[in-house]
Amino acid sequence: MKLDTSSSPFIHSGANITGMMLRVCLALVPAIIAYTWFFGWGLCINIFIAVSTAVAAEALMLRIRQRPLKPFLSDGSAVVTGLLLAFCLPPFSPWWITVMGAAFAIVVAKQLYGGLGYNPFNPAMVGYVMLLISFPLEMTQWVPPNIVNQLQIGFIDTLKIIFFGEYPYTLSIDALSMATPLDTVKTELGLNVTVSEIVQGNAIFGDFAGVGWEWVGNWILLGGVWLIYKRIIGWQIPLALMGSLFTIAFFFFMLDPDTYPSPMFHLFGGATLLAAFFIATDPVSASTTPFGRILYGAGIGILIYVIRTWGSYPDGVAFAVLLMNMAAPTIDYYTQPRVYGHSKDEPHGGEH
Amino acid sequence: MNPENADILKEGLWRNNTALVQLLGLCPLLAVSGTVVNALGLGIATTLVMAGSNVTVSLIRNLVRPELRIPSFVLVIASFVTAVELLMQAFLYDLYLVLGIFIPLIVTNCVIIARAESFASKNNVGRSLLDGLAMGLGFTAVLLLLGAIREILGHGTLFSQAELMFGDGAQWLTITLLDDYRGFLLAILPPGAFLGLGLLIALKNVIDRRQAQRATQAVAIPAQPDAAG
Repeated sequence: MKLDTSSSPFIHSGANITGMMLRVCLALVPAIIAYTWFFGWGLCINIFIAVSTAVAAEALMLRIRQRPLKPFLSDGSAVVTGLLLAFCLPPFSPWWITVMGAAFAIVVAKQLYGGLGYNPFNPAMVGYVMLLISFPLEMTQWVPPNIVNQLQIGFIDTLKIIFFGEYPYTLSIDALSMATPLDTVKTELGLNVTVSEIVQGNAIFGDFAGVGWEWVGNWILLGGVWLIYKRIIGWQIPLALMGSLFTIAFFFFMLDPDTYPSPMFHLFGGATLLAAFFIATDPVSASTTPFGRILYGAGIGILIYVIRTWGSYPDGVAFAVLLMNMAAPTIDYYTQPRVYGHSKDEPHGGEH
Repeated sequence: MNPENADILKEGLWRNNTALVQLLGLCPLLAVSGTVVNALGLGIATTLVMAGSNVTVSLIRNLVRPELRIPSFVLVIASFVTAVELLMQAFLYDLYLVLGIFIPLIVTNCVIIARAESFASKNNVGRSLLDGLAMGLGFTAVLLLLGAIREILGHGTLFSQAELMFGDGAQWLTITLLDDYRGFLLAILPPGAFLGLGLLIALKNVIDRRQAQRATQAVAIPAQPDAAG
């Protein structure tokens, strides 16, 4: 009789990269619907442009690097990169902005480093930061939710804006765009206006942060919690990120509520929740050890607050994530967990 | 040209290019390559200093005690840099203002002391002069190429502000490649310099590898491709 031996793991959950990436996309669907509801069709069109560019760039680079196309294209990582990038862009960005960002993310930040698993930086954030520092004008043309300006721009009109720069009803982007809540707070605080006056004087502020934005935030939160429940992402990074941001924002808010917005504003404003659940949790560029993930997430939360409050950009999520990406290898090095059977004094498994 | 001199030229311009292979003197290379004219100005200044310092170091190479050679080399280089700086201040004042601190900083460009130490202090005057010129031209070529890439991508022009270098009559040199171009800031900012240099190095490696492949094919050795492949 012949006994086959096989090594562990014996029970496999069937998880693979494609399934993971698919679930990440699924978790974003409610937020995408909410965003479309409040801000119009721009996001959906941007997602289409970004995802197709990202996949095309991935295929092109794989061909140049002489790697097999099918396994790497079907893992869906390029789709997620495109999706996340599109989510970070202003909804009426011209098409070439989205194309450049997605192509840069895949070609430079991912494939030049060796493809999935080798990129030290989050590709979507590299693409976003490239756009932010290269095209400051286009990247700040945010629009308010349509319940604020009472403007419903249809699908065809949105297509015209994105592809040809033609605005309906003799509008222009200057009439359409408006400062985001974070932007407003930053500008008006500089004019010695108190936070409560800013929030009362502007229609774009809702209960916690911006009208519309906070609802999108709720759905992102829900999708993120589902991802944690499904064990696609760990709880450490989102919790540490939100916890540290909340703590530091709470401290300064208590110190002087007139100059420092409330912690809830920081949590639901800007891209905090998207970063906490979908961007910072990128398994490749984030820290990998359990305690390291807590440090990594907390670092991002603190940096977001520091950049928003004392930096020159209204939101600092992308920069915070990239800075902590740089720190991730060092964090991993110092937070190696004790290997079973070895004492704490022998780092990295010790001698055998 | 005798093969030895050709070899020195080839070393400086391609095989041992300061910017692409030795990766020395990157600070001015990255900082001043925003436009072609700036790149050309700094490249010529560096080449002049390198040729002059190489000749002088070669002349005094048997007089200087080995313990004192580095300070003496630095003194020689600093004198040439001062001379070039004063010349630029006198004849190319606008360019001098644009390049600013990067002209005096040529003293600290490690390419120059590296050539003085590793070549000029061991070779005769003629060969040292040739080496200084070749290395300087190789540096200038990369500087120009990088400057052109960054200027085209960043501003959509070539040779803008040519009057800084060639006088007011040279404004026709400025070529606007793309009308109405709004600019790609990344190319002008420091990351653009790093990305551009990285791409140029990659390009050089690709060309070298192609040549090596062709060489091995031409020789047609039946053995497996060696390390050069």
